[in-house]
Amino acid sequence: MSRQLRYLQAMNEAYHQEMERDSAMIILGEDIRGNLRGETRGLLAKFGPERVLDTPISEAAFVGFGTGAAMAGLRPIVQFQIASLVYLAFDQLVNNAAKMRLMMGGQATVPVTYTVMASGARNGLAGQHADNPYPYFLHAGIKTVCAASAYDAKGLLISAIREDDPVAFFAPAACLALRGEVPEEAYAIPFGVGEIKRPGSDVTVVAVGHLVPEAIQVADSFATEGISVQVWDPRSLLPLDKDGLCAAAARTGRVVIYDDTNRTCGFAAEVAALLAERVFGALKAPIKRITRADAPIAFSAPLEKAALPGPERLGAAIRVVCG
Amino acid sequence: MTITVPKPLAEEMYRRMQLIRRFEEWVVKLVESNEIAGVTHESVGQEAVAVGVCLALRDDDVITSTHRGHGHIIAKGGNVAHMLAELLGREGGYNKGRGGSMHIADMALGIFGANGIVTAGCPMACGTAYAFKRRGQDRVAASFFGDGGVNHGLFHEALNLAAIWALPVVFVCENNGYAITTPIASVTKVELYTRAAAYGMPGEAVDGMDVQAVYEATRRAVERARAGAGPSLIECRTYRFVGHYTAERFMKLDYRSDEEIVAWRKRDAIPAWSKRLGEAGLWRADDQRRCDAAVERELDQAVAIARQSPWPSADTALDHVYARTYPGLPAQGFE
Repeated sequence: MSRQLRYLQAMNEAYHQEMERDSAMIILGEDIRGNLRGETRGLLAKFGPERVLDTPISEAAFVGFGTGAAMAGLRPIVQFQIASLVYLAFDQLVNNAAKMRLMMGGQATVPVTYTVMASGARNGLAGQHADNPYPYFLHAGIKTVCAASAYDAKGLLISAIREDDPVAFFAPAACLALRGEVPEEAYAIPFGVGEIKRPGSDVTVVAVGHLVPEAIQVADSFATEGISVQVWDPRSLLPLDKDGLCAAAARTGRVVIYDDTNRTCGFAAEVAALLAERVFGALKAPIKRITRADAPIAFSAPLEKAALPGPERLGAAIRVVCG
Repeated sequence: MTITVPKPLAEEMYRRMQLIRRFEEWVVKLVESNEIAGVTHESVGQEAVAVGVCLALRDDDVITSTHRGHGHIIAKGGNVAHMLAELLGREGGYNKGRGGSMHIADMALGIFGANGIVTAGCPMACGTAYAFKRRGQDRVAASFFGDGGVNHGLFHEALNLAAIWALPVVFVCENNGYAITTPIASVTKVELYTRAAAYGMPGEAVDGMDVQAVYEATRRAVERARAGAGPSLIECRTYRFVGHYTAERFMKLDYRSDEEIVAWRKRDAIPAWSKRLGEAGLWRADDQRRCDAAVERELDQAVAIARQSPWPSADTALDHVYARTYPGLPAQGFE
């Protein structure tokens, strides 16, 4: 059996290999040297304190710092330890990093990777630590990827790092402990190329991040019922593989979108609109969305579960569109 | 008050201040003739700050500028024809018409962008300065912001970052007394330069109507930064003789008294500097006239060049969003 790594180990390997390849790279954020979770293990020892920076709790400033460093020729990785912390830096992300190149008529190049750790809910993180804020990034036009497996984590992170624009890399909390096959050599998964994570012919589930492995489990459970479920993972949300998405949807004619962001203007809303515009004629049933509720996540377990997309609801939606 | 800078520099200080003043007066004309769209913020009255700071920098040093940034760009050596073309929204503008008055940039001249968000340039200057330091270069980043900026979280975060990492940054506060219409004293309890002490860096206040005083203070801060001793904060006490933005004077706002404006106009840095040049025996009356005439010619030519610059083609509206595009990215608003 080929080599297995955990998701965080795959990220760690990507950090090491890319920082070794390119001396212009630096990494900064809170508790980077302290190696809070494992993904920054060994970086300080190998690359030294000038390339591995622990910042004060100053999210807005360290994002702006990343922009200025990038414009001056460095290639920073700016890490957020909790997804909801991006809100503190929103002006610097949306009004500055994302707009700088256009505002300057193409003069500025801003090669920054934002690694957004532990996004989404996981067992009692409550209101301020359970968000999954990638739709904001998509709306702001910031290239965004969300890796659902250890293999994708390494390949998408390497692509993000090599991109000459700001890129947000989302690492869902519920994926961080996943294990999977990860090649030792550096490899890049191209942006804008989705993947069929499980083939099927009756219904397409479009799933993102930690909902991809969940959707595969649900799909497997339908085999005994004679319903063949395809699971399609966009992997990169911006750019989105629109052709691949439409092809996957048209192949089955039935679509359920399974996404852990808010229902209103969430990622699922965009996917549904796109499919309605482009492949309406190929659809055999109305598109269904299983999403997060439009509400902050409550602490208590039954309340948390009620607001999140879950496998039971996905299963029910599959039955409806196939009914 | 003696002149301590060499004559060519003293003359260049005058020339750049006058160029800024007359540039801004052209901007007003072009706004009134509806040739410039959007919002423009003139820096009339504040020229000595821009020039004093930028002439204390090297060509390879970097600045970040503000919504009131025309003066900074000119002081750092910006080409006024490219600036005016930008203000007119033309392809020949610095930013190919994509930025306008509030976002003029010339990366080659170290102008890392005017920025329409208060203090947004401060952390960027820190990052740029870090890149210089990491490469072992002795280059410096200077970041301009107004008095209103000292109450912005980003200001505090950025000063702290610069201090803890001993970054070669000069923070330049242009204290013109008002955050748009709000008097700075009504929203700030302390003298602005004293904020520096909280971050363990030197801070000083200088007369922002004295170009040489601004220059000398900046020189001290720049030398410190180049030597690896870290950042400084300079508060330049100045005044804008005109409204916050071009159309303000039609609005009959009363947040400043006429007496106050007249009193500051009497301290106008440009005639004051010319007078000092004369008193020091560096200039005869004719020298100023010759310099002024050259400025007029330069601006006349710049306006003509800008007006002749083509409009950007509509089918390039989504160019320059990304360094690398993909099918469907960026997306049009229609399919």
